[in-house]
Amino acid sequence: MTEPAISVRNLSKCYKLGTIGRHTLVDEAQYLWHKIRGKDPREHFSKIGHTATEARRVEAEQEGNQEFWALKDVSFDVQPGEVIGIIGRNGAGKSTLLKILTRITEPTSGEAFINGRVASLLEVGTGFHPELTGRENVYMNGTILGMKKREIDAKFDEIVAFSELEKFIDTPVKRYSSGMYVRLAFAVAAHLDPEILLIDEVLAVGDMEFQKKCLGKMQDVSESGRTVFFVSHNMAAVSRLCTRSLVLINGELSFDGDTPDAVSKYTAISLKAEACASWSDKDAPGSNGFRLKEVSVRGIDDEPVGSVDIRQPLCLKIRFSLDRDKMKFRCAMALYTQGVCAFTTIEKEEREYLQAGEHCLLVRLPGNILSEGEYLVGVSVFASRGVKSHFCRIPDAVAFHVSDCMDGGSARGDYAEGLGGVVRPNLEWVHE
Amino acid sequence: MFESKSAGPSHRTHIRAGQPWWRIDWREIWEYRDLLALLVKRDLTAIYKQTILGPLWFIIQPLLTTVVFTVIFGRVGGLSTDGIPHFIFYMSGTILWNYFQGVLNHGAGSLVGNTGVLSKVYFPRMVIPLSGVFVNFAHLALNFVLFLGFYVWFMLRGSDMNPNGWLLMFPLLIVQCGLMGLGFGLWVSALTIKYRDLRFALPFLTQLWMYATPVVYPASLVVTPQWKFLLWLNPMTAVVEFNRYAFTGRGSPDIAGLGLSWVVTLVILVSGLLLFNKVQRTFVDTI
Repeated sequence: MTEPAISVRNLSKCYKLGTIGRHTLVDEAQYLWHKIRGKDPREHFSKIGHTATEARRVEAEQEGNQEFWALKDVSFDVQPGEVIGIIGRNGAGKSTLLKILTRITEPTSGEAFINGRVASLLEVGTGFHPELTGRENVYMNGTILGMKKREIDAKFDEIVAFSELEKFIDTPVKRYSSGMYVRLAFAVAAHLDPEILLIDEVLAVGDMEFQKKCLGKMQDVSESGRTVFFVSHNMAAVSRLCTRSLVLINGELSFDGDTPDAVSKYTAISLKAEACASWSDKDAPGSNGFRLKEVSVRGIDDEPVGSVDIRQPLCLKIRFSLDRDKMKFRCAMALYTQGVCAFTTIEKEEREYLQAGEHCLLVRLPGNILSEGEYLVGVSVFASRGVKSHFCRIPDAVAFHVSDCMDGGSARGDYAEGLGGVVRPNLEWVHE
Repeated sequence: MFESKSAGPSHRTHIRAGQPWWRIDWREIWEYRDLLALLVKRDLTAIYKQTILGPLWFIIQPLLTTVVFTVIFGRVGGLSTDGIPHFIFYMSGTILWNYFQGVLNHGAGSLVGNTGVLSKVYFPRMVIPLSGVFVNFAHLALNFVLFLGFYVWFMLRGSDMNPNGWLLMFPLLIVQCGLMGLGFGLWVSALTIKYRDLRFALPFLTQLWMYATPVVYPASLVVTPQWKFLLWLNPMTAVVEFNRYAFTGRGSPDIAGLGLSWVVTLVILVSGLLLFNKVQRTFVDTI
């Protein structure tokens, strides 16, 4: 077995609270004054932070904690050539992890070994000076990112060609349009020739064309056997590029494994719902003799799944128990995504259950119908003979994630950019 | 474009908590020498872009300062210059002081002033204050050429100046001046992370400091032993005074004072390097 490209051991990062926000001697004096008078000095200094981590930090501070762990006891290995995704909500510690691995800051405890030349793309165009020409900035930016001057000499023409800015290379970059600026910056970054590439999601801002270039570049890198460490909360990009992913929750590593599993874990956390929800007899939701026992999303093998391929069929299953014989109602499920209801499916007529006890209903969804992204499933059980009566209604019973793996076999074909819509049927285009 | 194997030696990085405070990775700084060179070039070229007089400002600024000093302290104030032509006296002090102050200011702003870059990408942070030593050295070199011009002109006009063997020490004085500026700059830079007040206090403090240094008056003006000791404790005193002595043969060269100033310089430099090195590791967390 080869040596890992990145090896992280018990990495932790702690921010001391109370030292934040005291940048002047006056603040320091006020802090002491508050302390002397026996008031909680932190009250005076708690304010809304400007980064995700800082927001969590302020939260911790308000709860009265003395310290805040942005990263806690994280360990993992990355093998050379692996493309690994780091996912987690804002403030989960992703950026802190990246900052430590890129040596921008030091860990509080633990260690990390990195084998190979590292390039980080935390932000393109870092160190660009508006007064300098494109040519001068290529050198400036390249050396800041760790290249030698002779390396840039050797690649200079290639960089300029990639940026398509031959005509403007001796113009000060302050005269560039923002598009030109980004093109030049990315051209430099793309020619870093690293063994390990660390990429933050900030890279994913910018226009579609640029994003496509970024993602294409990452694919190139991984195909040539380099290691890519991709930090994002863009599930689509992670699913597409990474075979393995880590999920960070509140600074702790909560999952390390195949990307689809990692994505369902993340979906479960971010939507606060799992792929399978079940209730015991005591707390089963429902009324009028109806008790919901379980709702689940299942794949073709009838196992609960949190992440499904866009082409695969899946089924939504609901299990419930009835207290009486001869009950009559119908069941409906609604799928929500991107903040809207994608569609509702309903039993075409009310069904009569002759016997009390447990029953099971399922509805099959064909492949190539849902779009990419997270779906939340709402369940509703009701009867509408005369007065409409509800037996059970849960708007967020289960959640799952649909990914489009971009191998050309799905409805998007070989189109790599974003596609709108809450459904994505695979339709045939015909030329007459 | 990722096909080519990188030519350099395999890079191994070990990241861990609590690096010993005395460890400064000089080899890494050496690895980034190209960046250092480019930073120097950038600062030399970018500052004067879109100015009419361009690099002439390097010359105008010390020239005007010298004229002002000559009029105010020489003519109006009537301060002694140890018999050195006023213009030469003030200019020799001014250009050295400017060098020191330039390096100091560059170093002082190196962390806080570059937060944008430093919180996005890693490179040895020491490169920034180091670049200030060289950028300002270029300014000094230009000023020195100007000074030499006036010096020769005054000599030809028959001014009584006796250049002597101490001229050989002149490069060493320049080095000391740069190291001193670097040392103090590193200190201020590290302290500014915690106390932003320093940013506002620094211009004022350096101005006071200049008047505490024999730039506009000769060291011979200070006679009481206690004050004399204080004067020579200021490491810039030796630099300014010995420089004048080397070119004119006048003034009060105090060998013990020179030794003391080297001790102070080295103490400040080494402690500054260590403090800066410690602070730069985690400064992005507090900024």
